[in-house]
Amino acid sequence: MQEKLESLMQELALKKIASGEVDRVLAWKKGESYFDVSPAIFKESFDGFTYNAFCGANLSKFLVEETKKEGKVLVFLKPCDTYSFNQLLSEHRINREKVYVVGIECQGKLDINKVYAKGIDGILDIEETDSELKIKTIYGDKTVKKDEVFSVKCETCKSKKLVVFDEKIVLNEMKDNKEKRFDIVEKLESMTEEERFAFWQAELSKCIRCNACRNVCPACTCTNCVFDNNKSGIAGKANADSFEEKLYHIIRAFHVAGRCTDCGECSRVCPQGIPLHLINRKIIKDMNTNYGEYQAGETVTPLNPIVDFKKDDVEANTVVGGKK
Amino acid sequence: MQEIEKKEHKPLIVAFCCNWCSYAGADLAGSSRLSYPANVKIIRVPCSCRVNPIFILKAFQRGADGVILCGCHPGDCHYSTGNFHTRRRMGILFSLLNYFGIEKERTRIEWVSAAEGQKFSLVMNDFAKTICSLGENRRLEDLRCKKN
Ligand code: SF4
Ligand code: SF4
Ligand code: SF4
Ligand code: FES
Repeated sequence: MQEKLESLMQELALKKIASGEVDRVLAWKKGESYFDVSPAIFKESFDGFTYNAFCGANLSKFLVEETKKEGKVLVFLKPCDTYSFNQLLSEHRINREKVYVVGIECQGKLDINKVYAKGIDGILDIEETDSELKIKTIYGDKTVKKDEVFSVKCETCKSKKLVVFDEKIVLNEMKDNKEKRFDIVEKLESMTEEERFAFWQAELSKCIRCNACRNVCPACTCTNCVFDNNKSGIAGKANADSFEEKLYHIIRAFHVAGRCTDCGECSRVCPQGIPLHLINRKIIKDMNTNYGEYQAGETVTPLNPIVDFKKDDVEANTVVGGKK
Repeated sequence: MQEIEKKEHKPLIVAFCCNWCSYAGADLAGSSRLSYPANVKIIRVPCSCRVNPIFILKAFQRGADGVILCGCHPGDCHYSTGNFHTRRRMGILFSLLNYFGIEKERTRIEWVSAAEGQKFSLVMNDFAKTICSLGENRRLEDLRCKKN
């Protein structure tokens, strides 16, 4: 199935380039191993072109720079990536005319760290079936069920709808996991303030301020980011105390509030494994309960709950983070 | 013998007051000889919506134990809609701080008009009492900013 998709995608890409309709293709490229996949531009050569269960990277943010260049670019977007794409359109960060969007099927992406966590090491190669990974290692062959190693963002996939596309390649039905979306947020809410503090203290003190979460976030496209301003007092540096450990995350969460599509990229890239998506997911939950259901990126709109208001909104003091 | 001075914790409270209503309300409280605690430090802002979330965070960083934001009653904002925006923004921010484990009572928002000197004094006394019972803010503090 995976090979079928991949070859259909490549076929389409080649056709569009040959006809001159697009100039280049933004997709994923295989690195040194099966799971080492990174975003790449393909033009003449399609060497390494790949689409497999490790193509978690969201390609939409690259279009901010890509659409500033000459010519049209073809991009492959998974369902969650299409939300980010729409959101970027809402913010006038992408030139829609310069993109040909191909919506593609996604059955959930995997996290290689979860494979390692199963004690599987020395991986030589991986073969993928619909539900399993057949892993060849220097210690022998192993099999892992895909649904045991889903990346966090896919464990709680909010929607499998392709909200924007010019063409789509979907061979099988896709299933979301939206019932589970707010489970962990609710669990945190049910803890006491002290326990929540301890939880976040433990998580956020691991942060090494590499800024990867900001760099990857499709909502973080400011050309001059506050965290790059050395005079701001919050520019990238090691955290000195519990206040600074939280400050960066509170500021960033607030900057993207209302625009965060819950794509989960922040958690996916964090080298320290901090569950960053739980921060903005809380904001999304609060906005849904207090100001009406809203999903960023579902449509192209300049309004979002943080810049909008109603005259009879609930009072701010009544919006609470959780139990006492 | 060394004398050991027993220091009682005096909470520091920062109150952001909008120029058009709450600040005038504070003025009225003063001229009506209604008292409010001396450890409430008022910062005048042009409108409640001038308060960027970072102001609140910085107040805590520099040693505040509680932060309260006062503005005109909804519908009465001098700039028509400022406080409607404040209400949403602060609702989200205060909830997020609480989600991180910062005690909910440390942040508050109140609408106080220019004619409500009495309400101003009541609100500030009550808030100061709450913060006193909570004690020192330890969860959002920057030790380098604190003097002993
Ligand atoms: S904050 Fe995280 S989940 Fe939200 S848009 Fe940015 S990367 Fe995606
Ligand atoms: S952290 Fe804030 S300033 Fe920096 S890129 Fe994100 S939204 Fe922009
Ligand atoms: S990616 Fe992780 S370690 Fe890097 S700045 Fe973000 S939270 Fe910190
Ligand atoms: S002027 Fe008072 S809240 Fe806007």
